[in-house]
Amino acid sequence: MKLTMATMLGALLISTAAPISAETLRWARSGDALTLDPHAQNEGPTHTIRHQMYEPLIIRDISGAFEPALATDWAPKAGDPTVWVFNLRQGVKFHDGADFTSEDVVFSFERAKQPNSDMKELIGSITEVRAVGEYSVEIVTDGPNPILPSNLTNLFMMDKGWTEANNTVNVQDFEGGEITFATTNVNGTGPYVLSNREPDVKTVMTRNEAYWGRDQFPLEVSEIVYTPIQNAATRVAAMLSGEIDFLQDMPVQDLERVNAVDGLVVKQAPQNRVIFFGMNQGAADIEGDNVDGANPLADVRVRKAMSMAINRDAIRQVVMRGQSAPAGMIAPPFVNGWTAEMDAESSTDIEGAKALMAEAGYGDGFSIRLDCPNDRYVNDEGICQAAVGMLGQIGVKVNLDAKPKAQHFPLITDGKTDFYMLGWGVPTYDSEYVFNFLVHSRESDIGTWNGTGFADADLDGMIKSLASNTDLDARNADIAKIWRVVQDEQLYIPIHHQVLNWGMSEKVGIEVDAEDQPKVKYFTMSK
Amino acid sequence: MLAFIIRRVLQSALVLLIVGLTAFSMFRFVGDPVDNMLGQERTAQDIERLREQLGLDQSFPVQYYKFLSEAAQGNFGVSYRQGRPVAEILLERAPATLELAAVSGLLAIALGIAFGVFTAIRRNGFLANFIMSASLIGVSLPTFLIGILLIYVFSVELGWLPSFGRGETVQIGFWSTGLLTASGLKALILPSITLGLYQMTLIMRLVRSEMLEVLRQDYIRFARARGLRDRAINFRHALKNTMVPVITVIGLQVGAIIAFAIITETVFQWPGVGLLFINAVQFVDIPVMAAYLMLISVMFVGINLIVDILYFFIDPRLRVDRAGGH
Repeated sequence: MKLTMATMLGALLISTAAPISAETLRWARSGDALTLDPHAQNEGPTHTIRHQMYEPLIIRDISGAFEPALATDWAPKAGDPTVWVFNLRQGVKFHDGADFTSEDVVFSFERAKQPNSDMKELIGSITEVRAVGEYSVEIVTDGPNPILPSNLTNLFMMDKGWTEANNTVNVQDFEGGEITFATTNVNGTGPYVLSNREPDVKTVMTRNEAYWGRDQFPLEVSEIVYTPIQNAATRVAAMLSGEIDFLQDMPVQDLERVNAVDGLVVKQAPQNRVIFFGMNQGAADIEGDNVDGANPLADVRVRKAMSMAINRDAIRQVVMRGQSAPAGMIAPPFVNGWTAEMDAESSTDIEGAKALMAEAGYGDGFSIRLDCPNDRYVNDEGICQAAVGMLGQIGVKVNLDAKPKAQHFPLITDGKTDFYMLGWGVPTYDSEYVFNFLVHSRESDIGTWNGTGFADADLDGMIKSLASNTDLDARNADIAKIWRVVQDEQLYIPIHHQVLNWGMSEKVGIEVDAEDQPKVKYFTMSK
Repeated sequence: MLAFIIRRVLQSALVLLIVGLTAFSMFRFVGDPVDNMLGQERTAQDIERLREQLGLDQSFPVQYYKFLSEAAQGNFGVSYRQGRPVAEILLERAPATLELAAVSGLLAIALGIAFGVFTAIRRNGFLANFIMSASLIGVSLPTFLIGILLIYVFSVELGWLPSFGRGETVQIGFWSTGLLTASGLKALILPSITLGLYQMTLIMRLVRSEMLEVLRQDYIRFARARGLRDRAINFRHALKNTMVPVITVIGLQVGAIIAFAIITETVFQWPGVGLLFINAVQFVDIPVMAAYLMLISVMFVGINLIVDILYFFIDPRLRVDRAGGH
């Protein structure tokens, strides 16, 4: 008996080295897609999985530039700035063999505008989508919308016939717990076909040999096995032991460990996310401080002094282990409106900061509570701890209150914090998105993340006019003007731009994309 | 005996109600689920609409009452994170946790009793002392550290065993089992050792001390004097009499194994209910948290009840006592 047990165990151990095809991409990250319904959730990891199987009209390539996907070209209609004309790619077939035509585009837009859709806000300006011929559509907006294409890069196209035949025309009511056919089944035009999925456990996709871009893209991965692994240490261990070929959400402290292993590489790129502190300057008096009857943050000199006290290089070296780029403005470098000059505007000057504090009447400093998430951004709590020490140098005594994101973010949206950390990514790659959420005064449907209490009616008007300004030069001039105000008012204290790290086996060839949205069709695999 | 069981069932129901109340009153401190459910583009109206739809705008007693009345009908609501019925998700995840718990439980009981008896009989032997010292590791090291260490040694350095997941599973009806494939069995080894180690050392130390206690008793000495064989004395007389406290502890530990599988499952990305619970806490998925906590408390209460009933069969004195009208 003992012998048989030993042999069995031995046999088990030997068979571990199961043969795995060189073209299988074993991919892991911390979370799974929430649903497969293309319009039910607007969330990063969910879009990433969809991008392998569904396609929008336009996608962003690795550099962040537009690339034609299901549309071949697009332009505003001559003579009518409220209409965009999209010409569609011909000869594209869905996974079930149906043809992709303008009818499907019209249907998909209508579906994405349904009340249950999570994508409806992004295309809120669209009033009508009409087919003009089999391979051309016109998109009508409620006013000129020069940046409409930026809002369409995650808007996936479905087959009208398949959707109707499977009774899944309505977007899944996600919050209501509805399961529809489209939640678990996929019929897209994309480079991969769903072959098996267990939510939160494993998703397997195989190559679509009939893909329209079969000869245009590498498409060297024949099978994708996607596994969410939540625990950071386990994720890295799986990579080190060779059970994973491609890893997202790499913990910063393990980069060197992974890089040091033969056959594994870590690649970096600046991420589309900037980290900063917000300060409530709008209130007459704030609660979390020790100053009665006045709000020190209302004085721009105090805000400037606090920004000058932050040593961004020290945070980069010590807290982030080099994995960040100090920021001077709250827009990532890809965004229209970002300038290198403004991004270099924050400098550390303790003496100058002390002088400003004294000038503002706070030479003895004040105390304040800093609210910080501890599970949202890379080393978020560490950054805040560092800031506590740095602000202490100019007499600002900071009490740090770090909480999970589920408790932190409601503080900002409910206006219950006066000094807080926030990170922001810009999916549209345009400053208007930043202004709409972070600079415009807070109203019920705009300025929702502006916790600073800042309100300037003229600036609000300028921000609103950006949406319909078709003269791009004049629009960019307005954007620059608004940024000047944001910078001069020191509305926020920018900290840094996050850096994105992907771990991969040497046989995988792919560059990191700023949106953290790997598209496997671009991957090469050496055998 | 019937009266005893009825009394225990009523007590158990009360315990469940209190657990539910405590759990529910704590959810409000975990955070706001609405914030996770809507993207950063959401408006104030979206938040209000969703709050109303989920019933989060109602007062805490109303929410608790609704949960209880729905749960009594077997409806645990819909997961905020996955958008699927909680009962369905729990059923789908239960086999992974139960298989892991069963294997580590068996491991802990078998090895625990064997080592316990061995160290009691060979009290001063070198091997027995070695086992006793080594068992301190099992008691003192936290589970996640043991898990990470095992992964480091057997997956990263030696490359023998997988570091995460369940391997290939076979679907039998609603039950997905990893016991029928080689990769499934291999995937079980490290997590079940991690999960069972603490229980094994606990059982072993308990068996040993009980055994030493019993071996000092007069009837054992008389048995030896009568010339009974060591084997009969150790296993028939001594071991049997050490089992009452051991069974209590094993019973409670079975519950603990399932409940504390949370950490092991997180470390090994084991797709069971424990991992589901951790996800739920991070996302403030209240329906999943509530259902899980209720299920776990039902289980603990149930196990306690079974253990109480088992006493009747193992220890005849209890039966006499009860019959005597105490």
